[in-house]
Amino acid sequence: MADHDVALTVNGEPRRGRAEARTTLADFLRDELGLTGTHLACEHGVCGSCTVLFDGDAVRACLLFAVQAAGHEVVTIEGIAPAPGGPDRGALDPGAPDRGALGPVQQAFMECHGLQCGFCTPGFVVSVSAFLDECSDPTDAQILDGLSGNLCRCTGYQGIVAAVRRAVELRSGALPAAEPSESRP
Amino acid sequence: MSTPVAGRFVGQSVLRREDPRLLTGRGTYVDDITVAGLVHAAFVRSHVAAGRITHLDIAAARALDGVVAVITAADLNAGAGSLQPTIQLHDPSNAPLRALADGDVRFVGEPVAVVIARSRAIAEDGCDLVALDIDPSAAVVDPEAALAPGAPLVHRERDSNLAQEMPVLLPQYDEAKARAAHVVRATFRQHRQTPSPMETRGIVAIANPASGELHCHLSTQNPHEARLVLARATGTPEHLVRVTARDVGGGFGQKFMLQRDEIVIALAAKHLGRAVKWIEDRRENLIASTHARTDVTTVELALDADGHMLGAFVDELEDAGAFPVGAAGGAASAVGAFFPGAYRIPALSWIARAAWTNTCPRGAYRGPWMMETVCREQMVDVAARAIGLDPLELRRRNVIATTELPYTTPMGMTYEAITPAETLEQAAAAIGHDAFRTEQQRAFVAEGRLLGVGYSLYVEPCAMGSMDPLGTESATVRVQPSGTVLVSLGSGSHGQGLETTMAQVVAEELGIDVDQVVVVQGDTDVAPYGRGTGGSGSAIIGANACRAASAVVRDRTCEIAAHLMEAAPGDLEVVDGEVRVKGTPTRSVAWTEVARVAYHDTARLAAGARRGLEATESYTAPPVTFANACHAVTVEVDARTGITTILRYVVSEDCGRMINPMIVDGQIAGGVAQGIGGALYEHVVYDGDGNPLTTTFMDYLLPTASEIPAIEIHHIETPANNPGGHKGVGEGGAIGSPAAVFNAVADALALVGAEVRDQPLGPRQILAALTAAGH
Repeated sequence: MADHDVALTVNGEPRRGRAEARTTLADFLRDELGLTGTHLACEHGVCGSCTVLFDGDAVRACLLFAVQAAGHEVVTIEGIAPAPGGPDRGALDPGAPDRGALGPVQQAFMECHGLQCGFCTPGFVVSVSAFLDECSDPTDAQILDGLSGNLCRCTGYQGIVAAVRRAVELRSGALPAAEPSESRP
Repeated sequence: MSTPVAGRFVGQSVLRREDPRLLTGRGTYVDDITVAGLVHAAFVRSHVAAGRITHLDIAAARALDGVVAVITAADLNAGAGSLQPTIQLHDPSNAPLRALADGDVRFVGEPVAVVIARSRAIAEDGCDLVALDIDPSAAVVDPEAALAPGAPLVHRERDSNLAQEMPVLLPQYDEAKARAAHVVRATFRQHRQTPSPMETRGIVAIANPASGELHCHLSTQNPHEARLVLARATGTPEHLVRVTARDVGGGFGQKFMLQRDEIVIALAAKHLGRAVKWIEDRRENLIASTHARTDVTTVELALDADGHMLGAFVDELEDAGAFPVGAAGGAASAVGAFFPGAYRIPALSWIARAAWTNTCPRGAYRGPWMMETVCREQMVDVAARAIGLDPLELRRRNVIATTELPYTTPMGMTYEAITPAETLEQAAAAIGHDAFRTEQQRAFVAEGRLLGVGYSLYVEPCAMGSMDPLGTESATVRVQPSGTVLVSLGSGSHGQGLETTMAQVVAEELGIDVDQVVVVQGDTDVAPYGRGTGGSGSAIIGANACRAASAVVRDRTCEIAAHLMEAAPGDLEVVDGEVRVKGTPTRSVAWTEVARVAYHDTARLAAGARRGLEATESYTAPPVTFANACHAVTVEVDARTGITTILRYVVSEDCGRMINPMIVDGQIAGGVAQGIGGALYEHVVYDGDGNPLTTTFMDYLLPTASEIPAIEIHHIETPANNPGGHKGVGEGGAIGSPAAVFNAVADALALVGAEVRDQPLGPRQILAALTAAGH
């Protein structure tokens, strides 16, 4: 099958790669560009694990072809916040000063235990980031609605709902980071 | 009952150190692993539930550009060793498992061939080119039908479809029944579900023909067990097999025992002498990994005139699928043995059977035997309505009180530190039982609305210490020359946060800061032999192994420091990273200095003292540790649509001393959500010929944030009889929730005389029950 040249902007950087016409954007990001934070859990558009920003909108990267992204701007989970010191730095050196270089949505998920196995998490973080960009002060009903396009099998959504509320606070810049004991869902 | 005092780290909601990497897309799941020369596998699977393979032609697939190999049973099966898990190696009830289907097929999805190619896409193209003809024969899809006389055999090597049968029929029950004022009998069906971890299964198997090594990156809960299976199956000496698992995207039991698909990929890698990756897709996961639940249970409950339980009889039949996976494939006997739960039931008889069917293998799923709670708690409500008592009142009359402990069940199991009556009352108070009953009547009389309240009370057996190899964990605690501490564990954390909680335990025991401790797990070359993560065992077995190894390290640290300070080791303590004389904090030596001396200034050690500073210790749990909880839920059933809405959800639980309350709450909430999903939405459906009809997440409905209510969690902390006082917490949420939801719906339907016995409780089933009641 003939390959196509795909040039696009990913996380603010110009990127280029080869893709068959049938290659999904998700596979292209993972296999061709090495951005493995975008996860595939259903590959049929239900679970939301592969959510990325496409020209600012949250989309499912399993339902787009790579060639459709040519010339567009894509933001993946790797581009949502400044990276920590390097791969796995946070775990291997938990006392490192740059640990926790997280964006407000990520920080909120950590404080509220909004993740367990972490597989669905990149999709949630990207979805919630896009949701809060559109709806900066959501009601509880709007939060549930905003989350209902992503599946999580670990948390029972308690920590995730709490994390969205907390992210609203953090994004407004009004509150300092909570102590762990105060951040329980 | 005493309430444990939280330690500096143990008992604190320490934030998880796993999170930064997972939140930034820097986790390492099995599909993120790539190595030089890697090729990709896809399976050709049976499209028929039962039948004879009449034609299998791989020539066209083999000829496709980019295809490396097409492998069938003829290539692999004869050379494969045992495919069974360690716990089942010599189990006579094993199904005749084979690597790839050979001559016939026994369920839709059974692997028949593997195509290995330069990319996964080409491998799938190759699968389409494999010509596979199957002459279908009659399939058995239902466990009751499977045991009917003349039923087609799932396994032609066996003379019936009865996989297991264990009758425990005791005269005490017959005596109890003879003097009972009420004998209530009902049959309950729990439908087929599947664990559905968000990350499917996967393996990167790297075979090195020159060195003989086989290194497998796996998505697994249990690296050491996987290593043993892979060694036996591939004929590779154990010390040449390495299994690593970094981040694992959920398991819920499905990844506790290694399954045939991963074994086949390892066999194929060895066959080819190269690295092969297989990542299961969601369709494969839904039809061919493991299914769970699927029980048909008849319960007979004998009560006296006042509603005191005199005895029970349980007839449990489980669907084992074609090739049940692991010990949990046969959970039926546990349903009988653990049936009494939180109640004083002095006499018990049971019969447990498991039947093979032409369906996806049964495997463990968060509380594999939880049908004991489902059928018992539903039965309590059925019996209460039959004798005219509020179900809460019937529970109150029969629940075991703390004053009765230790209490021994008719099966000889002894409860020592449980609090079922306390959790029942705490949950009833939190849900506001009496006020709800008033509102329920008002809403029904005034507005015709159907509200209901349901309870589920259970005692959960955790961390079975007598069940080798699942009862023991080992930990190595190694102080580095810098004073930082590396802990190696044989666990397989897949969302439980063990890198955080086990560091909390070690830091607490050593007296140093939690950030000085790193936990490494999921690597058989690094970790001592261990049991993996499952069976609600990590807090009990893993944490106490960490505690034991830490105690040795702490004592040796004190010995070294005592020598340096010319003090007696017994007079020393470690506080905040200082080894100091008790009562004289000014006489101290830094933890980091002790570590440095132990490795790099050894002349200052006592004569004959061992260099270095580390210890490996193991911990074997008691035969069973019991946790307990009560779930209470209120619902509204819409009589026009049949849709159930959960109004409030309350959990009162006792998991003993908590290591990290935030993580405990997360475990409970996740389990509750799975149970709600199971009771109301999730349903694996087969047609009568054994064709799976739920093959995507559009058909198999996992609950979203919109379906799961706020879950209110209350704790009672009664220390268990182990060094840390912990009990298990991983499975309980999923054990308690289905019956609570079911009972609440049944309570609502009872207002109009409608009855339900079977799960799931979708709109269709609820409307049918209402119609049958003339509503």
